[in-house]
Amino acid sequence: MSPDAVEKVFRDESGRALATLIRLIGDFDLAEDALQDAFAAALATWRQTELPANPRAWLVNVGRNKAIDRIRRQIAFRDKEPQIVRAIELDAADDDVAERADLDDDMLRLIYTCCHPSFAPEVQVALTLRTVCGLTTAEIARAFLVGEDAMSQRLVRAKQKIRLAGIPYQVPGREALDERLRGVLAVIYLVFTEGYLATSGAEPMRDDLAREAIRLGRLLVGLMPEARDIKGLLALMLLHDARRAGRATASGDIVLLEEQDRSSWNREQIAEGLALVDQALSMRGLPQPYTVQAAIAALHARAPSHQDTDWRQIVGLYEVLLRIAPSPVIELNHAAAIAMVDGPARALALVEALAARGGLKQYDLLPAVRADLLRRLGRHEEARAAYRVASEATQLVPLKRLYARRLAELDAAS
Amino acid sequence: MQYLLMIYQNEVEYAKRDKSTEQAMLAEYQTFTQSIISSGNYKGGDRLQPTTTATTVRVRDGKMLTTDGPFAETREQLGGYYMIEAGNLDEAIGIAARIPGARVGSIEVRPVWQYNH
Repeated sequence: MSPDAVEKVFRDESGRALATLIRLIGDFDLAEDALQDAFAAALATWRQTELPANPRAWLVNVGRNKAIDRIRRQIAFRDKEPQIVRAIELDAADDDVAERADLDDDMLRLIYTCCHPSFAPEVQVALTLRTVCGLTTAEIARAFLVGEDAMSQRLVRAKQKIRLAGIPYQVPGREALDERLRGVLAVIYLVFTEGYLATSGAEPMRDDLAREAIRLGRLLVGLMPEARDIKGLLALMLLHDARRAGRATASGDIVLLEEQDRSSWNREQIAEGLALVDQALSMRGLPQPYTVQAAIAALHARAPSHQDTDWRQIVGLYEVLLRIAPSPVIELNHAAAIAMVDGPARALALVEALAARGGLKQYDLLPAVRADLLRRLGRHEEARAAYRVASEATQLVPLKRLYARRLAELDAAS
Repeated sequence: MQYLLMIYQNEVEYAKRDKSTEQAMLAEYQTFTQSIISSGNYKGGDRLQPTTTATTVRVRDGKMLTTDGPFAETREQLGGYYMIEAGNLDEAIGIAARIPGARVGSIEVRPVWQYNH
């Protein structure tokens, strides 16, 4: 067994093994430590022998024994030791871990626990990335631009809350499932959007986060194939991510959709996304928000060029979204699509109305869309002012460069 | 696990309600309390007199200081509580959501730190 092969097992199995260990041991931190111990043991053992037939079951069994060892060493557990150890061992005697049908459920339990609505959204995201995706605390801290100590504290408090407040390690019952699933999907989409266009920093995209989100999406589709809108969300992420190569230049500058080289798009990923959109759209019931957004992304993916895009249908889909999941961001996108069908003047009126209502105050894309519409209407002075506002509002360096380029183009034109 | 469900609502608004609304609410509370007694979740609970009756006590440098009113001025005031036994937070939240006061105010759900006395 090469170290590479062990590493592959780690990548493929650690999430599920951890999820199962948490169920057996009932403690997030102890389960993480036990899994580390099990991998250390695996590195030592597997190098000399063949890979076991079921590496995950091997890891869970060894991890469980390591946890018992740790409990015996920890003074804090001493008074409860006999009963905890007995509970963990009973599970072992019960049946072979490898044969249990609910191993996959452990992963779902873990996702639902991390996305429990009693956590603030940013805590849900951090806990999911740490526990389900296995990112390090340092990586998560970097992704969300907070210090490592602060992020570590946040995670410690979250795990404490799981234990002390009795957040259940379970998939919610049918009556709460739809609502809770929305939260889980929102967390996955948040991870993705942060990877797709970072909030700040020097890099416009964070491929690692986008990849994790897609991996989570695939996992969830596998675990809950009948649940609605998961396929839509996975399709949406695949279709957006397929444009990755075309979205930035070698020097890290952002290339907007209208200027992208469509031959750089990942056709294989698009094909997978389109198939998922079709499946999601054919599911029973009213259309779901991510599915409708994926349908819009599918129209972009199918279009031979920006001009030859079915903008009319895109406007229609945004109108569906405005009914089922209204938000200022959707309004803004709707306005941008209207500009392609009815011209910039009508779109500008919509954007102005949105701004007047105070929507998207802290959002640089509103002045950016406004600037673009003003530019197309030949109102260059106002466009310049709007680009300056947009540049002020963003903390993402490549976006600041994009707005500076637009300003320079306007200066050259006048 | 034990949880304290703290019922917060705006007591100024609450005091303005007419007699029939008050009585309907009282009946709802009685039904709710009966339901958690029979389900075995109930450990205790009561309504509190308004915050105008509250006195806050502090001891500083060995001297006792008393002030009129609750500890903090907030938009909503603690008006009552239930102490319950529940399997986990979701069950506790489910019970909290059935408290009649949840529709006008808010219920804070807090696990009780249990000592082995």
